[in-house]
Amino acid sequence: MKSDSSMPVSKGKVVTAVFLKDVQIELRSRVVTNQVLPFAGLVMVMFAFALDNDDVLQRVAGGLVWLATLFSLLIIVQRSFAIDTADGALDSLRVAGIELSAVFFGKAIALAAKLVALEMVLIFSALVLYRVDVSAIGVVLLVTCVFCATSGLAFVGTLYGGLTAGAKGRETLLPLLLLPVVAPVLIAATRATEAAFGSGGAQTSEGWAWIGLLAVFAAVFGVGGSLAFGSLIDE
Amino acid sequence: MSQVLQRTSATGTRATKVIGALAILVMVWVVVSGLILTPQDVVQGESVRIMYVHVPSAWIAYLAFIFTAVASASWLISKKHSMGFDRFAGASAEVGVMFMAITLITGSLWGRLTWGEFWQWDPRLTTTAFLFVTYVGYLAVRRLEGSAEQRARRSAVVAMLAVLEIPLVHFSVVLWRSLHQGATVLNPNGDVKMDDLMLFTLFSGVVAFTLVFVWLVLHRQRTMLLVDIANRQGLDAAIAARKTEGSVR
Repeated sequence: MKSDSSMPVSKGKVVTAVFLKDVQIELRSRVVTNQVLPFAGLVMVMFAFALDNDDVLQRVAGGLVWLATLFSLLIIVQRSFAIDTADGALDSLRVAGIELSAVFFGKAIALAAKLVALEMVLIFSALVLYRVDVSAIGVVLLVTCVFCATSGLAFVGTLYGGLTAGAKGRETLLPLLLLPVVAPVLIAATRATEAAFGSGGAQTSEGWAWIGLLAVFAAVFGVGGSLAFGSLIDE
Repeated sequence: MSQVLQRTSATGTRATKVIGALAILVMVWVVVSGLILTPQDVVQGESVRIMYVHVPSAWIAYLAFIFTAVASASWLISKKHSMGFDRFAGASAEVGVMFMAITLITGSLWGRLTWGEFWQWDPRLTTTAFLFVTYVGYLAVRRLEGSAEQRARRSAVVAMLAVLEIPLVHFSVVLWRSLHQGATVLNPNGDVKMDDLMLFTLFSGVVAFTLVFVWLVLHRQRTMLLVDIANRQGLDAAIAARKTEGSVR
């Protein structure tokens, strides 16, 4: 970060710097593209093996997309914070005297970017593997759903990732803490996606109520996360 | 600190002994009345007696989690960050998880007898199950390594996040589906539809379980205090030992 040493760095600059740092690490290491995306695709194929019925797959496609997203979210969050704690980068950020809520938003936006890439692959594989159809208005609903759900997941993921970062046994603790919290996202995003896919005769219009819930979730954890993140990683 | 440890050979006081004795007394009455004196239900038969355990334990579990949230908020807000708040929050959550487990077990047994199913995906049941898992997670956070201060801050924030989470989970599950029988005692019309003795036994159950809750939380938080003191003393002793080693050389 280039700035006059006497001037405090603005919040926006910190958010951008942290975001770019996380994205750059991903572009160089390619862990999400080379490992997490194939894992998510594999999960979609495994679901097909387990359910073994075209009609059932079509009916539950929405739920499977979001379930695979949640499993992958756990891996991405763990990886993101493992990098930060391994070289003491998180400690350096803490002693740098910058606002930790800005670090929270920077990391959350980077996580959201990775999640969107992941969800696109998952939705595409649902279209191909499970033979679901989306109407034009369904696409609008689906894009809104992805935006709102991803925001909520990114905020919660960053928050609980920060909490378990550096803790012994974080691999097992993170799912225990994170999955109950994201249950509303799983329910709402699944119903909205089913409405977009028209699964089980669902109408597209039925999906919009769920988008409201997703937006409230994202707003609550965006505000709550920015307030709590500092005290969770500040030790 | 060492004086506290020596002085406190047990976690009981006169107050906890009185509470304990009262708890046993009321509990005996609940058992006798619940199993023998109260009549069968017209529809549910003998199975209605599960209510005298199920309903009070559910109420106490919710009370415990509210208590944890209030104690955690007090820790965060208070300038002194008194560790007493943290210990009460932790002790209350532990007891709450236990009562929530009792609620879920007795509830599923009762459900099997009345609905024919151990489990129904209804909002109240689902939210209760989520509450249970959330506080199991909270207890896991309390066991993370670090100082007592770190434990207090982490767990207080996690308890506050649970306060945000639970209404969202509940609302989303309500939207998802609804089946559970309406509240009988706390219905909005205010008229309670229950036999007088049954109602009295139910309230006695709530009183008995509350006494058990208070007794357990008081003892548990004192045990936690002793553990904290013992940990600190262990550290002090180790430092003193190393210092002596140094001076000998």
